[in-house]
Amino acid sequence: MRLNIDRITALAVLAPSVILLAIFVYGFIGQTFYIATTNWQGLGAVEISSVGLQNFERLFAGSGLPFFRFREALVNTVVFTVLFIAACLSLGLFLAILLDQRIRAETLFRTIFLFPMALSFVVTGTVWRWLFSPRSGLNTLPTLFGGAPLPPDQWAWFTDRRQLVTFTWADASRIVVILIILGLFAFAAIAALRRRPVQALIAGMIGLSLVGWFFLGGAFETLGNVVRPAHGVNLAMFSIVIAATWQMSGYTMAMYLAALRGIPEELREAARVDGCNELQVYRYVVLPLLQPITLSAMIILGHISLKIFDLIYVMAGGDNLRVDVPGIHMYLTAFRGNNFALGAAIAVIMLLLVAFVIVPYLINAFRTEVKR
Amino acid sequence: MSVLALPRQRDIALQRRTVTRLVIYATLTFWAILYLIPIYLVLVTSLKPRAEVSLDQVWALPRQVSTDAFIAAVERLSPNFMNSVLLTVPATLISAMAGSLNGYVLSKWRFRGANVIFPLMLFGMFIPYQSILIPLFQLMSQLRLTGTLWGLILTHVVYGLPITTLIFRNYYTEIPDELIEAAQIDGANFFNLYWRVVFPLSLPGFVVVIIWQFTQIWNEYLFAVTLTDPVSQPITVALSQLAGGQAIDFSLQMAGSFLAALPTLLVYILLGRYFIRGLLAGSVKG
Repeated sequence: MRLNIDRITALAVLAPSVILLAIFVYGFIGQTFYIATTNWQGLGAVEISSVGLQNFERLFAGSGLPFFRFREALVNTVVFTVLFIAACLSLGLFLAILLDQRIRAETLFRTIFLFPMALSFVVTGTVWRWLFSPRSGLNTLPTLFGGAPLPPDQWAWFTDRRQLVTFTWADASRIVVILIILGLFAFAAIAALRRRPVQALIAGMIGLSLVGWFFLGGAFETLGNVVRPAHGVNLAMFSIVIAATWQMSGYTMAMYLAALRGIPEELREAARVDGCNELQVYRYVVLPLLQPITLSAMIILGHISLKIFDLIYVMAGGDNLRVDVPGIHMYLTAFRGNNFALGAAIAVIMLLLVAFVIVPYLINAFRTEVKR
Repeated sequence: MSVLALPRQRDIALQRRTVTRLVIYATLTFWAILYLIPIYLVLVTSLKPRAEVSLDQVWALPRQVSTDAFIAAVERLSPNFMNSVLLTVPATLISAMAGSLNGYVLSKWRFRGANVIFPLMLFGMFIPYQSILIPLFQLMSQLRLTGTLWGLILTHVVYGLPITTLIFRNYYTEIPDELIEAAQIDGANFFNLYWRVVFPLSLPGFVVVIIWQFTQIWNEYLFAVTLTDPVSQPITVALSQLAGGQAIDFSLQMAGSFLAALPTLLVYILLGRYFIRGLLAGSVKG
């Protein structure tokens, strides 16, 4: 009897949190999906009617600045995510390995590399805006050694207008579809090798039908109209990557360092006895053991970079198209332009992008936990 | 290195080791300087009188130290600093307490469906908050909580629940079930157990969670800029507007940045060990 009352109490204690999260997370997400299918614009009492998926259609294929801007933001996010993750992982691993060499002042170095994590993205943005302002900051660093300042038009940092690679939206879509097709075929091949014919067959069929769809040309009829202006890899984005890496690389360093400390010394010793030199010990023993940490770090950094907002908003302002991201575009569309329907549509796409990364991760984390 | 090796060989090996150590220390120092450059510039700029912040003097040490910029920053930002304190302290404590109770239930009172509900709760800490921002703003307007700190506190408590619950749940899993069972045999009920057995063991968990939530809420921007008005703005919003002005006063901005960063930096320097633990707990498996 006692136990039953306690069980009910336990559920009653948990209930408020569950209900609040049900409303604030799932209820609100549902509401956002709904708003995204309407034409809700403007403040006050306005007539709202359903428009189906029109908002999404426009974002991906419409002409007009807000829609072009969304696609530019999407391209920028992909570029940012790739560069940011690569920079944080490599720098974090590099620093962690150095710190793992029985360093005297380890605590001091660790504190220095990690302290930016304690700062607000707003502080980082304000400081780096100053560091990267073309007429002062880093560009005038040579004056400290008696040199001339770097020319601001060549070293424009986040105000740079130049693009490294340019492509149209239709090109980008083609590339994405080709990548998906290649991915599906690779998956099918691996499944076939592992003797899982059903998986191989399904992936192969989807891949083949995409190839058919691709060559029949039906895919890009609408996109064909949206040729100009060009998207690309914007040089300005590199400044944001530097600032973000300054802030977040300490995180990957801490993760890698914790993992390195978890590798038993006997394992390394055994490799040395087998004739490995220090480099080979890392190459064949340590690095393979760090793979799960790398995956976790990629997912954590990936979901941060896909939703990044405040750093860029404070550093470069809201109207710098070259470093625009969906997080900023959504905020300005909904809360400055009062176009709530379009803002909600952008938010839905952001959520889907993040969910694509996070949901498999959560499912996997809990599957292994239940097995344990 | 064998003891029998010739002295000459030993010398060479020792020399190579010393060179390697030197390279390692030099590389670490180089990167440490790179990481500290922004801090140097913040301090140097904020301590200069405004007239001295000229283009060719950006990197030079101040010829005379001036606290004008700091005084101006304190004057401009102290109401917002107070708002941040009034926001962060209650939101942190409430979400930590709720997380502790939730973690206790989820780790010691396992029920059917917990393995579905818990991941569903966790998903809430990964979502881009833009995807709930419009309905959140609607609800807060209807409750007349926009433009007050109360709405922001409620928001931070709710969206803090997943991470605080996660950290406490993982922490309480380490408490042996036998301890709970023994107390149950002695007649302890749900709350007796929590207060007499679980809570007294929770101090390290609370330190990690409180530091984590404090840092997150103090540094947060998107909710703050959406839900507050000029009177109730926390310091992050006020700082961003300091930067947005037309006549850019860099020494004021840098002094303001320093002020906004100070509380979380202090926490980090004093309690860094726990900060790192919270950081690593964020990667779910903990």
